[in-house]
Amino acid sequence: MRAAPALTVAVFLLPIAAGLVGTLLPAFGYLPAIGGSAFNLDGWRRLASYPGFRSSVAVTLTTGVVTSVLAVFVAFGFCAIAHGLGWMRRIGGWLAPILAAPHSAIAIGLAFLIAPSGWIVRALSPWLTGWTVPPDVATVGDAAGFALVLGLLLKEVPYLVLMIVGAMSQVPVQQHLAIARSLGYASTESWVKTILPQIYPQIRLPIYAVIAFSLSVVDVALILGPSNPPTLAVLAVRWFADADIQFYFPAAAAATLLLLLVVAVIAAWFGVERIAIGLGRRWIARGRRRSGVTFGASVAAGAFGIVFALSLAALVGMALWSFAVQWRFPDALPQAWSLANWMRRLDGLAVPAWQTLLIGAMATAIALVLVVGCLENEARARRRPGAGALWMLYVPLLVPQVAFLFGAQVLLVRANFDGTLAAVVWAHLIFVLPYLFLSLADPWRAFDPRYARTAASLGASPARVLFAIKLPILLRPVLIACAVAFAVSVGQYLATLFAGNGRVATLTTDAVTLAGGADRRVIGAYSLLQALFPLLAYLFAAALPALLFARRRGLAATP
Amino acid sequence: MNRGAFAPLRLDAVRIGVGGRALILPLTFDVAPGECVTVMGPSGCGKSTLLAFISGTIDPAFVVTGRVLIGATDITAMAPEARRVGMQFQDDLLFPHLSVGENLAFALRPHVRDRTERRARIEHALAEADLAGFARRDPATLSGGQRARVALMRTLLAEPDVLLLDEPFNKLDAQLRGDFRRFVFDHAAERGLPTLLVTHDATDARAAGGRVIDLAWPLSR
Amino acid sequence: MRLFGVLLLLAGMGFGAAAQAQDLKWNEVVAKARGQTVNWNAWAGDEKTNAFIAWVGEEVGRRYGIKVNHVKLKDTAESVARVVAERAAGRNSDGTVDLIWINGPNFLAMKQQSLLFGPFTHVLPNFAYVDTARKRSNLIDFTIPVDGFESPWRMAQIVFVYDSKRVQQMPGSAVELLAWAKKNPGRLTHPSVRNFLGATFLKQALYELAPDPSVLQTPATDEKFAAVTTPLWAWYEQLLPALWRQGRQFPENGPAQRQLLNDAEIDLMISFNPAEAAVSIDAGLLPDSVRTLVFAKGTIGNTSFVAIPYNAASKEGAMVVADFLLEPATQARAQDFRQMGNFTVLDLSKVSPEARKRFDDLPKSPALPTNAELGTTLLEPHPSWMTRIAAEWEKRYTK
Repeated sequence: MRAAPALTVAVFLLPIAAGLVGTLLPAFGYLPAIGGSAFNLDGWRRLASYPGFRSSVAVTLTTGVVTSVLAVFVAFGFCAIAHGLGWMRRIGGWLAPILAAPHSAIAIGLAFLIAPSGWIVRALSPWLTGWTVPPDVATVGDAAGFALVLGLLLKEVPYLVLMIVGAMSQVPVQQHLAIARSLGYASTESWVKTILPQIYPQIRLPIYAVIAFSLSVVDVALILGPSNPPTLAVLAVRWFADADIQFYFPAAAAATLLLLLVVAVIAAWFGVERIAIGLGRRWIARGRRRSGVTFGASVAAGAFGIVFALSLAALVGMALWSFAVQWRFPDALPQAWSLANWMRRLDGLAVPAWQTLLIGAMATAIALVLVVGCLENEARARRRPGAGALWMLYVPLLVPQVAFLFGAQVLLVRANFDGTLAAVVWAHLIFVLPYLFLSLADPWRAFDPRYARTAASLGASPARVLFAIKLPILLRPVLIACAVAFAVSVGQYLATLFAGNGRVATLTTDAVTLAGGADRRVIGAYSLLQALFPLLAYLFAAALPALLFARRRGLAATP
Repeated sequence: MNRGAFAPLRLDAVRIGVGGRALILPLTFDVAPGECVTVMGPSGCGKSTLLAFISGTIDPAFVVTGRVLIGATDITAMAPEARRVGMQFQDDLLFPHLSVGENLAFALRPHVRDRTERRARIEHALAEADLAGFARRDPATLSGGQRARVALMRTLLAEPDVLLLDEPFNKLDAQLRGDFRRFVFDHAAERGLPTLLVTHDATDARAAGGRVIDLAWPLSR
Repeated sequence: MRLFGVLLLLAGMGFGAAAQAQDLKWNEVVAKARGQTVNWNAWAGDEKTNAFIAWVGEEVGRRYGIKVNHVKLKDTAESVARVVAERAAGRNSDGTVDLIWINGPNFLAMKQQSLLFGPFTHVLPNFAYVDTARKRSNLIDFTIPVDGFESPWRMAQIVFVYDSKRVQQMPGSAVELLAWAKKNPGRLTHPSVRNFLGATFLKQALYELAPDPSVLQTPATDEKFAAVTTPLWAWYEQLLPALWRQGRQFPENGPAQRQLLNDAEIDLMISFNPAEAAVSIDAGLLPDSVRTLVFAKGTIGNTSFVAIPYNAASKEGAMVVADFLLEPATQARAQDFRQMGNFTVLDLSKVSPEARKRFDDLPKSPALPTNAELGTTLLEPHPSWMTRIAAEWEKRYTK
């Protein structure tokens, strides 16, 4: 038990550090295996001389920053309006299918939805628009990155909303709002001026994670982003895979540049925070009962509704495709349906589906053991973890994947460990672990310590307390945390690609490969399964405790 | 191994400090078997901390010197589950995932092996608490008073050598309070357990009928 | 002195590998192959091809006891990079790549860096059926002599697929294509020139527009390149604004482009598979109204090969698979447009009458061109032209 924290750190911080070094060195010319033995700036020079370099950096920065700003605005705005509504408490359930679906599945669905020949246009043509052929407008893969921003928002906004709801449970929201409203402030104003400032510190790290992700995402950028030139992350992955190995150097340089950009943007955000806090205080102190807050929040709430609707439509669209026989433009629905599609695809789907399941289950199981170990260790030593521990957990979410996965792959190849299922599980573990920890930590720490004391006074050893008392009572939070972890594993793209050396196929890697333009009926089947697996995990997490403890009303309340 | 059947609880020069200042100055006293000593004082003066120390679950942030003994055995360094110190809190803390009977079974010592014997003991305990036949019930379906009685029977089934009561009557209304108080003290006395009661209510102290130790501020400074 | 020693060592390694291949006997190879797992790295963007590879796996498994694992690639270059990474890490045997579907610049890269096992095709019994007289691309891969380091398995030729419901006048040359595009703006595109099909679009135009096409068989130099491609870029500059999305966006590869045709976003597309239209109609990937056209003066054609990396773990298994691909029955099945629709690399006069009948009995379709319609096959230019064209295109049109 005492080894748990050390083991956990070893599992994910060391590989990241090693991977970073393995990418940083080639960026400066040092990779003896392919002839780079002296430090030089050739990689950087080649990167800078790439024709689309400036636009690539520009589109990376704009999409990353715009996504982050919009996500924060929409998430906070929505919560400001909706907090009072009864169903906010169950928002987790509503958002579950969207949160469960991997980024790439939603992106693939969105690509079909908003394309000029996509579902929205099909539904409106030709009776509304008069189009018999699709208009020549770039809505997907556009050079400015609008489609990419939208695709990212579809997942980031629900994620932030969930974090906000979680943070709100730590603050006496009702009391503060009651006081503010008694002082004459409207409901939305009250929330923005009293609750938001209090919960922001807890949302800070999730926001930084959103920033890092938006800047460095690969799978969504491949599906929705521009390709000529692409974002920096896609460029790096493209060059890493190039037949000409000399491209490793500019690839590593691009990955390093991306890391620097992430750090710079997060630092800039932090700076803007400081300014905003100062300005915000003054604004609050002015005591105006009606500012434009309610209007802004309403816009945000409307945007949230659109985001929600688009996500669901994206998933439904791909589900329809998986059952379609023929779906030509401009029909609003497929002309012919059949289950035969699925029967035919079953063979091709079986292996990636099984591997996705296996890898997800193993990564989740290992992560669970480590996390429970750490949390128990912390509970027994009665030590409160510092803020440093939280930052450590967020490291895998803040460092661009492409910046350390390449270095990690070289290590794996050297250890002859690459391409195995175990290597992929280990790579997934790096990302699964933080999410599992973050999901489980609060409920675990909130567990009434007196249960454990009582059990101890009745003669139960710490191990017996853990297995007979603590885990059963915490079964629901544990299962939900596992569902979150499993969803994270299902959605992994780069990690599977690099660690598996292309030999391990999961639903996500295959879906992204096929998204290039193979049969949409096939992609539909893959996307549907991609979204279904995590959803089933969530349903299981909700259902099992309900079943086991059907006659235990004490556990029925949602913690 | 019943080490302390009818053995007194002894506190020997117990001193508790936190963050550089003293919370409880050296306390030395005995609690005789069957006797109930009341520890009183306002909130925050360390009453519950003292109980935590005795039961072995005190937060490491506290600095403690002194010893706790049951009879001749020094339990100061023992693991909490080995001490045989029974605890009652103001919440019943019945495990929500187990039935009433399973809660009691959890407390029943493993040396009682035979299943029929175990079931009999549980039923006997329930009968004593005027809850015969409640074994399969979900604890959440019992009333507050019923749950409190089950909680005490659970503690007693574990055959403790000492009974610690941390404001156990707080959540009960006046009528229930009196009934439950009598229930607790009767059983404790019957089993000859040295009992330590922590409360800020003077009527509890009077009902306990034993010595009263006041941890009011001037004394603890 | 040290350098000489290193060179000798490198030469010895190369020699050693070559020496092993020379001495192999087929029955030994088959015996050794039993029980091996062959990691066949092949581009996986096409369902039909994936299905065909799966079928090959089953057959080879039944007959020879070999397990074939289709490693799905987005791009063949990924495989090359992997072998390079393995050599960089010192992994000179037991490599993770056993067989690669490869040709052109990727083959050139691997052959030049001594990353291939071979020569081995002379060991394969079915290689005797390969057409080496009229289909010269089976021996010369993009002007690089194959020298037995890769074994052919399917042929490709550039055709254009169009929706006959919307295209009335068929363009028959690059110049006519430009005129058509100007009349129908936004209805034509080509894959990104980083993709081999996209690059071939430009190469095909180059054949027609270059003052002297024979120079394309020689390596490109800076002066030659500038002179020869000037008319090409002039033509392309006019074409670009008439393309889909005004030439600012391109589909990544062939299947992506085909999806655009199916979605009615474009009316005309380029393809390397003469049976593309027939295959796609059959699979429901294109409407029934699509047809195939070939340029009057002929289009570029090439062969796809499979090669074995020097450090492959299952070399014998890979060779058995390569040989199986050349079997007449396999080639006939590949040419069946309901399976894959790839025209064969074999010389039908060399195979047995029963095998020839298999080919004659293959199903027909209005969208399927006949051999006569396919006309002349133009040889692929030297790979250096493709790499330069791709680089120049990126430089000019990536902003």
